[in-house]
Amino acid sequence: MLELEIDGKALQVKEGSTVIDAAHQAGIYIPHFCYHKKLSIAANCRMCLVQVEKAPKPLPACATPVTNGMKVFTHSDLAIKAQKGVMEFLLINHPLDCPICDQGGECQLQDLAVGYGSSSSRYQEEKRVVVNKNLGPLISTDMTRCINCTRCVRFTQEIAGEMELGQAFRGDRAEIMPFIEKTVDSELSGNIIDLCPVGALTAKPFRFAARTWELARRKSISPHDGLGGNLVVQVKHDKVLRVLPLENEHLNECWLSDKDRFSYEGLNSPDRLTKPLIKQGGAWKEVEWNQALDYVAHAMRDIVKEHGPDAVGAIVSPHGTLEEMYLAGKLMRGLGSDNIDCRLRQSDFSGRRAGTPWLGMKIAEINKLDRVLVVCSFLRKDHPLIAQRLRQAVKRGAQVSVIHAADEDLLMKLAGKIIAAPSQLPDRLAQITKAVAELKGATCDLSVAVGAEARKIAESLVSGQNAAILLGNLAQQHARASTLNALTQQLAGYLGGRFGFLGEAANSVGGYVAKAVPAGDGLDASRMLTEPRKAYLVIGAEPELDCADGVRATNALTRADSVIVLSPFKSAAALAYADAILPVAPFAETSGSFVNTEGRVQSFQAVNRPLGETRPGWKVLRVLGNLLKLDGFDFASSEAVRDEALGGGAGKPEFAGDLDNIIADVAIDLSPGGGIERVADVPIYFADALVRRAPSLQKTKDAVTPAARMNAATLAKFGVKAGEQLKVSGGGTPATLVAALDVGLPDDCLRLAAGHATTAAVGAMSGAMTVEKA
Amino acid sequence: MALIEAINPLLSAGWGKGDAGWGIGEYEQRGGYQALKRILTEKIAPEQVIAEIKASVLRGRGGAGFPTGLKWSFMPKGSGEKYVVCNTDEGEPGTFKDRDILRYDPHAVIEGMIIAGYSVGAARGYNYIHGEIFEIYDRFEQALAEARATGYLGGNILGSGFDFELFAHHGWGAYICGEESALLESIEGKKGQPRFKPPFPASFGLYGKPTTINNTETFASIPFVLRIGGEAYLNLGKPNNGGTKLFSVSGHVNKPGNYEVPMGTPFATLLEMAGGMRGGRKLKAVIPGGSSSPVLPANIIMDCTLDYDSIAKAGSMLGSGAVIVMDESVCMVKALDRLSYFYYEESCGQCTPCREGTGWLYKIVHRIEHGQGRAEDLDLLLDVGANICGRTICALGDAAVMPIQGMLRHFRAEFEYHVEHRKCLVPAELQKAGSTFHTRMMAGAPC
Repeated sequence: MLELEIDGKALQVKEGSTVIDAAHQAGIYIPHFCYHKKLSIAANCRMCLVQVEKAPKPLPACATPVTNGMKVFTHSDLAIKAQKGVMEFLLINHPLDCPICDQGGECQLQDLAVGYGSSSSRYQEEKRVVVNKNLGPLISTDMTRCINCTRCVRFTQEIAGEMELGQAFRGDRAEIMPFIEKTVDSELSGNIIDLCPVGALTAKPFRFAARTWELARRKSISPHDGLGGNLVVQVKHDKVLRVLPLENEHLNECWLSDKDRFSYEGLNSPDRLTKPLIKQGGAWKEVEWNQALDYVAHAMRDIVKEHGPDAVGAIVSPHGTLEEMYLAGKLMRGLGSDNIDCRLRQSDFSGRRAGTPWLGMKIAEINKLDRVLVVCSFLRKDHPLIAQRLRQAVKRGAQVSVIHAADEDLLMKLAGKIIAAPSQLPDRLAQITKAVAELKGATCDLSVAVGAEARKIAESLVSGQNAAILLGNLAQQHARASTLNALTQQLAGYLGGRFGFLGEAANSVGGYVAKAVPAGDGLDASRMLTEPRKAYLVIGAEPELDCADGVRATNALTRADSVIVLSPFKSAAALAYADAILPVAPFAETSGSFVNTEGRVQSFQAVNRPLGETRPGWKVLRVLGNLLKLDGFDFASSEAVRDEALGGGAGKPEFAGDLDNIIADVAIDLSPGGGIERVADVPIYFADALVRRAPSLQKTKDAVTPAARMNAATLAKFGVKAGEQLKVSGGGTPATLVAALDVGLPDDCLRLAAGHATTAAVGAMSGAMTVEKA
Repeated sequence: MALIEAINPLLSAGWGKGDAGWGIGEYEQRGGYQALKRILTEKIAPEQVIAEIKASVLRGRGGAGFPTGLKWSFMPKGSGEKYVVCNTDEGEPGTFKDRDILRYDPHAVIEGMIIAGYSVGAARGYNYIHGEIFEIYDRFEQALAEARATGYLGGNILGSGFDFELFAHHGWGAYICGEESALLESIEGKKGQPRFKPPFPASFGLYGKPTTINNTETFASIPFVLRIGGEAYLNLGKPNNGGTKLFSVSGHVNKPGNYEVPMGTPFATLLEMAGGMRGGRKLKAVIPGGSSSPVLPANIIMDCTLDYDSIAKAGSMLGSGAVIVMDESVCMVKALDRLSYFYYEESCGQCTPCREGTGWLYKIVHRIEHGQGRAEDLDLLLDVGANICGRTICALGDAAVMPIQGMLRHFRAEFEYHVEHRKCLVPAELQKAGSTFHTRMMAGAPC
């Protein structure tokens, strides 16, 4: 520990602390712009100049290490003169037109100018003007306002992993810009808006929509990926206008992925339902809630009466709340059916689970791992901020290896990499497992020949102290997901490391906790569709896009006698297959809970009133339970539902119980596949109903219409060139798609994104495809 | 503008043959590489070499005048990746000595760098040569090839077990890359912008490794220091200012060029060597150490001797030894306008005071020069300058301010006249008479 004095206040700080760290520890504010606790030190703004005893010149607090016995003065004449001098320089070329700046009212420069600026300017010369840059559909620029603090540059380089912005030119001609004509395409790009201390980078979707002081700020939880990012949702006149991160060091730190930040636009989508709809004589009719609920209750009761409870199945979105999931399960079981599932993109349900599959560790523990194997994950797009944590771990010396069906650039250094066709991935994972066993001197009954790359990965894994294996979305959606799970379990055993699942959705873990999965011998998400039911309850999901086999889902739903959809949105598909659509609230308009991938239970309140006659899903299901005269549906609040779902005790536990990744009774299948195999990613902005309706995200490069991607050899096999048209089918209707070259794919693989209307009719997310020249 | 004369020449002793004398054979004939051979064959301990350099009180010739031996001794002991870097990014207006060192005696620099590598335990060196002198860069590459072929560079030099490889690296002409940490960034392939210090290069230098970085002339002096011995070298100059130094004399003299004189030589002697004032006009002022050093009026500079201490006492800096001589035909406002433009143009844009301040300063000076001055401008210049000085990451901010401070200290009346009368105190005919191509480059056409 080092002792120092700041403004006469004595304190002790850790070795290696800077003066600004120490000041923050002492609760003393030092004005600054370029300094940010999560970014490298640039010391370029010079706003944090302070006086240090014995130093002849003022020193930047952000870059000056504390020495023992140091005396710092942040408000001495010397310090104040230096700070005011810097403020004057910052303002000379900065437009002084705060009233027309989008950042006005929440601008660090504006705030600090009040304290350190003077009321009139001594600068009488012409001001600099900087041409704006097109950074894409999410970020607006007003580059004349830029103070060149380079926070955005450092963010793209250090946190997002790719230096998409830089400072070009010299002197007061210096400009922050992307490489010529490029945009900023990172899935974390929106954070530079928060980081920008002035109005140079602002949110395009929010531009000039409101002033900061007009907005109500309400806490919420992201409904997208398994991270459970904490949000500050900003609302004006019952409309969500902006989402910002709520700092939570355990989860999102001070960041948000663009999906979490900009998906709110979907809340204001024209697809939003405002009244219940019932199909009568083939025509849709808006009805009152009591009519709609009566209709639904009757329909369900009739089906059960006529065909038995097993004829009903519930398809539940993993992005729904714990409370909705729990009541859906309770409703189904009250009717006598165990057919309920939220694992919609999973296709292999074999094996016996010991508990709720989860991350296997705390999210914050990822930073401390020193050896990691990522199995089948489009990591950056599926889990942007977990990818970011791994990136930081790699910078500190962690070794990350991947085994995957596509060579994705994770923007971090990899220790090893195996890219193989989906059907060969179990074999490759078995090779790594066997190699680790050999290195550890353990016996291993897997009969595979260990290749060089598998050995390299194994050597990396055994060389550390704190290893983990993370199973990505593709591992969970894989046709032999249980094999991958069992092999990973075996591998982790040899390693003495941990393993877990990167939860695909906000409530992937919550679905198990809420029993929105078969509890006994009910039908899972796959069998409910292969063995069509007479009636379906669809909650929050769009099965044609959200299921492992959208074609099969559409067919089953179309053939059913009754399909009841509870959703905030209408869609052409639902209007075709459903007979009742009930408008239930999206996350912003209901209270509820998400259990994130580390098992953390996070409850939230509605941030605004439901749109039109939309009602919170839990209330709709409660009333439906009452109408069906089922027991135990007398909940007074969503908290009461949550408490029952979590095991009956009152009050919210921090973490869900019964988290366990062990799987038993798996028939390990290492056989290679054949033919042309589909590699299906779910692009980041097609992943759920809300984000699919967020217009700005839909304009990004991550949301381009999926192409049929193949490597050069595979393209040649079909005699097509990139840009030409292809006819592609995977059991459904053949689709005509544009062929594209993807050098990161194994031979005989066709990468075709799921979750998009243009590919929905093609067929299952995994398996053999037929391809021909169109 | 080759060397014309010298007193006690060391560095320039071999320059007499001009372009014919730079090769390794010529250098060896002049006693070149003997210091290196002696060190390696007699296995003289690195500490002993450094002690000798310390005894010589050789001070950094790049401008800051930091004692070289002391700088070398800051390098961490023991093995591990370390670098020696030579700064030939000679960009300070008025300076052209390093160019001639590399042109006429590149092997002196190579030998000096190898000895430096040996002394600090580095196996690799880079010479960063600025981008406007490609023929010099080519020559240095040729000299490196000669040294490699002769066995002075590479593995196991002269059978000593000491390995040292040296590379030339050229920049593209940014003045800021002469700042040592910006130079290191530039070698690393990044935008040339200074790093904040500490850490200093001796602990975190090139590629984050301990690095000794010296000026070309400093390295070139090393073989001579070791050949004649530290004390003898010191005695060539005066206490605390060892040895001889090259001065690049430009401006209104009859024979501009590089002159090597012992430290402590009177300025008047240098002026005489440079052929005295051109056209018989009166000396008005001298910028003694490169464009960033404050100007000294004739009466002060004529009493100075050429060494760090004397010039500092007079309120300026010996700097890199670039002596810019100005006669009575010079309008100081115009001269400052040109100087301020240089620093405005060359500010790297990284830190606020320099990025914003250099432009502000230039705009004010430019306005005064063009008859748009205001009464408050002179105090504003000083105040804006004070807000830059000592507040920036590197010394470029100070370099932009010092000429202004110097000009206003000694020639304020000329600036006041400009503001008040919207024209120049120096008559136009006189300015025209003194105007040469060189001064036009420095100060533009007469006002």
